[in-house]
Amino acid sequence: MIALLGRDLRLAIRAGGGFGLGLAFFLILAVLVPLGVGPEPEVLGRIAPGVLWVGALLACLLSLDRIFALDWEDGSLDLLATAPIPMEGVVAVKAAAHWLTTGLPLTLVAPVLGVLMNLDAGAYGWLVLSLLLGTPALSVIGTFGAALTVGLRRGGLLLSLLVLPLYVPTLIYGASVVTRGAEGLSVGTPLALLAGITLGAAALLPFASAAAIRINLR
Amino acid sequence: MSLWEYANPKKFMDTTGPLVPWIVGAAALLMAVGLIWGFFLTPDDFRQGSTVRIVFLHVPSAMMAINIWVMMLVTSLIWLIRRHHVSALAAKAAAPIGLAMTVIALITGGLWGQPMWGTWWVWDPRLTSFLILCLFYIGYIALWQAIEDPDTAADLTAVLCLVGSVFALMSRYAVWFWSQGLHQGASLSLQSGERMAAAYRWPLYTCMVAFGLLFVALVLIATRTEIRARRIKALQTRARLREGAA
Repeated sequence: MIALLGRDLRLAIRAGGGFGLGLAFFLILAVLVPLGVGPEPEVLGRIAPGVLWVGALLACLLSLDRIFALDWEDGSLDLLATAPIPMEGVVAVKAAAHWLTTGLPLTLVAPVLGVLMNLDAGAYGWLVLSLLLGTPALSVIGTFGAALTVGLRRGGLLLSLLVLPLYVPTLIYGASVVTRGAEGLSVGTPLALLAGITLGAAALLPFASAAAIRINLR
Repeated sequence: MSLWEYANPKKFMDTTGPLVPWIVGAAALLMAVGLIWGFFLTPDDFRQGSTVRIVFLHVPSAMMAINIWVMMLVTSLIWLIRRHHVSALAAKAAAPIGLAMTVIALITGGLWGQPMWGTWWVWDPRLTSFLILCLFYIGYIALWQAIEDPDTAADLTAVLCLVGSVFALMSRYAVWFWSQGLHQGASLSLQSGERMAAAYRWPLYTCMVAFGLLFVALVLIATRTEIRARRIKALQTRARLREGAA
């Protein structure tokens, strides 16, 4: 499993494109939103938590179809299915690799974009913490969507349609952690619920994703 | 004699065939009674005026929108566990009806909200969770249409329905956390007694039963169409094979 993780990470970084693309998209979004809504600091500061979370979510979405697509095309997925590790493990590793190459970098650059969006000073810690807790859920849920659509030739658009409604609870709790943090309110409840979604999704969804992969390989 | 006998497509077709006209008739009759009673024979509400009558479309369709998803969940489970094709086809047939019910509930809600709340749409928890439900229906239908192999499509959509149900439920509570409501509480409730005058309650019950029957009729017709489409496909394949052999 560690070998698979290493392989996926190397592929993601060396193949180019996928790795930097999400980050670039996130940056562009943080530039476009102020251009669209106007440069007033109060307005930007108020919408910053939501915009940053939606941006992270969409940036995550960009690289989802690459999770299984290449392995599906060149047949490695069939080999992985017959490998001694269970499919659930493969899927979990894939999700982890996706998070390490997408969710983690997004979390790390988010504070910089927070400056652009005039985020409240008290909210930076909560922004990083909520993304750190929430983006693994985005990767795990996204892996499920990718597993469902892996056999389709033009699965990309369908993938977003399937995955985005599933992102709703994560987005709500994640963004409300940051909003409440900015207002100086207590963030315990949304933070705990966000962590609960991530842990629950990471524990249960690999089974559903593995089932979907097996059906697609049949 | 067990319920599972009806999982046999032949048995299903034979049993439902004669039933469909009766159910359609009952649905039409009750719908006519309920809607005419509700629209023309009830008094104007003292505050809402005649807009109160939208309830006779809004509440039954909203109720069915949720119930149809639950029905799809049950039939998806039956398909995954016992591999009965009729079950998977019923889930497929129910989805567009559920989407239509969701859209009816959203539109009638907007029509009522405009004069009453002064706005077509607010980001109220109930309204928002219905919009999310609408997205779930669209995704489910899109997945059915995207996959060519029927058994793969049935399997994958069933998995999506299971996972989607969990997330739809979570979204519902997440949305309550996110915004406080403008929508009133339940109009009908088993626990908290009557909140609605009897003059409105009985036509509403009639409409709810009528919508339920309408759904049963539509889903039976659609499932029968799906089964027939499958048979045609199977016959065509067989004919092609025979031509090839000859």
